[in-house]
Amino acid sequence: MSATAKPYGILARFDTAADIFEAALRVRDAGYRKWDVHTPFPIHGMDEAMGLEESKVGYFTFCGGVTGFFSGMTMIWYMNKFDYGLVVGGKPLFTPLYAFPVSYELTILLSAFATLGGMLLLNRLPKLYNPLFRSEIFKRASNDRFFICIEAADPKFAEARALLEASGASAIELVED
Amino acid sequence: MAKAASISAAGIPAQHAHDSHGTHAAPPKIVAADPPKELQREPLVLNGHSFGWITDAIAGICEGRMPVWWWPAFIISAGVMSMMAALVAYLISTGVGVWGLNNPAFWAWDITNFVFWIGIGHAGTLISAVLFLLRQKWRTSINRAAEAMTLFAVACAGIFPVVHTGRVWFALMPGYLIPSPNANYIWPQFRSPLLWDVFAVSTYGTVSLLFWYIGLIPDLATLRDRAKNKVRGFFYGLFALGWTGSNRHWSNYEKAYMIFAGISTPLVLSVHSIVSFDFAVSQVPGWHTTIFPPYFVAGAIFSGVGMVLTLMIPMRTLFKLEDIITTRHVELMCKVILATGSIVGYAYGMEFFIAWYGGSPYELYAFKNRAFGPYWWAYWTMISCNVISPHLFWFKALRTNMVFVWIVSCFVNVGMWFERFVIIVTSLHRDYLPASWGYFTPTWVDVFTFVGSFGLFMTLFLLFIRFLPAIAISEVKGVTPQADPHHPLGGAKGGHH
Repeated sequence: MSATAKPYGILARFDTAADIFEAALRVRDAGYRKWDVHTPFPIHGMDEAMGLEESKVGYFTFCGGVTGFFSGMTMIWYMNKFDYGLVVGGKPLFTPLYAFPVSYELTILLSAFATLGGMLLLNRLPKLYNPLFRSEIFKRASNDRFFICIEAADPKFAEARALLEASGASAIELVED
Repeated sequence: MAKAASISAAGIPAQHAHDSHGTHAAPPKIVAADPPKELQREPLVLNGHSFGWITDAIAGICEGRMPVWWWPAFIISAGVMSMMAALVAYLISTGVGVWGLNNPAFWAWDITNFVFWIGIGHAGTLISAVLFLLRQKWRTSINRAAEAMTLFAVACAGIFPVVHTGRVWFALMPGYLIPSPNANYIWPQFRSPLLWDVFAVSTYGTVSLLFWYIGLIPDLATLRDRAKNKVRGFFYGLFALGWTGSNRHWSNYEKAYMIFAGISTPLVLSVHSIVSFDFAVSQVPGWHTTIFPPYFVAGAIFSGVGMVLTLMIPMRTLFKLEDIITTRHVELMCKVILATGSIVGYAYGMEFFIAWYGGSPYELYAFKNRAFGPYWWAYWTMISCNVISPHLFWFKALRTNMVFVWIVSCFVNVGMWFERFVIIVTSLHRDYLPASWGYFTPTWVDVFTFVGSFGLFMTLFLLFIRFLPAIAISEVKGVTPQADPHHPLGGAKGGHH
């Protein structure tokens, strides 16, 4: 940890789900903004403990679904009625009834793409480089340890180490940018 | 105390009673003794293993060398798959006459195999989506492999309807299956269930792939962080997209996962409904029935869970995963087989009743011919495998005997293949005019193309086990008691509440 390099943030390791939960409550209550919890699996209640808002992925899904449904209907209307109508069995050239199954599938197809795309967009992924990957202890964030990272960009960064120490961290290190 | 015991036994998850709104009041001072042992649920991960043990047990499989049996299994599967490729090449270069198809049986093993494979896929989506919405936590140990099985089954299924068209280049060319005008500027006919099927199956394959991938992202990050060499680190890292387990990410991720479960559930119900429309919308006696959509969906899940058991029981033994895929998981899948097998049995009976009650002589003949005509052997194979064998699972001793369960799961696979054969061939081979009746016999090309599709399926599955975590690592950790910050095993101080 050279003091000359610009720090990215301070990383604290916790050993149990309860420890990280309590620590997250403390960091939230201390008024930090630019910080995050890293866990190998989602911890029940952590969104509230961090004070996060409800995820907005659902709006993407909705837009994708609406687009899928109406593009299905429009496509079938255009192909089977507008552009080249063929009378089959004396039935109407277009009704939403026979167009429904395909439009239904396209609703789901585009919802799925929008959901995945929306999730990645909201998470700013893919982001293959992350300063946290330099940390050796952070390798266990995807295994069996729990981490809090408070970024240097947070205005209260100066007090971060003391807070994390008081919250029961089992290891603390500075991550360089 | 007696009351507390009965509540736990009824399955209300007691450990999630905490208030999650940050104020975090002291836990209420209710001291409830644990219920008696026979009323407690078996844990989802046995022996109270740590998170690290779970990671090592699952990620270790695809990191180390494969056990000795893997190589012969892979070589045989790949050989069988190559046989299928050769037979498909023979079919395409010669024509569909190399199969036993005739007039009137224009559909036989090709479409039977298609419906068989696509049905198998449905268990993966049931386990990953429907059981997720129903909060069945036991799904976490089996969903990854079941979803992989879905993808590979859909891949096998997709081959048959394409090659059965004979001149495959037309089927794949835009204008026939893919909407765009053909040579005469005529668009595809969207009134046809066969075209609905194209959209249903391709949507199903795509959404299953995305759902599977979204579930894989955290586990790929685990493999990236454990990678011993640069090549593995690069590829797992590339597909992990830079996942850090950030809770801000988990929040969006969990929402997206739930939405995927929410849209996959109506999708999986629609796919086999639309497959059944291929038959039910036609006028052929034996096909033209309204019970087909729910009956096909139940049958699909029945066959799929059968295939999941066929694959998982050897897998859990060979890779020593008995603590993660426990006897309880196998038992629960047996119960799904029992439930869906009963629905299938009911549908068989109801079809006969309606054939009689509907008063159409053609319909009644089609069903009499099904059970007592020239294909009686296929019909009674189907009945014994699908109606009788699942009812053995009423007995706990049989549900917990792995060898027995595996044998029954094979019977389910066989029975469900015969169900599709019975529906397709017995209905087609004798329709309205006795003058045009016929009999379908498969040729060797029919038989070995179908056998070859198992080679493709197993090759893909063996490669999946080799390179990807076969069990959802992060999800299994999430259902252990030590993952709960309010549980004593999760490090919580104070009372058990």
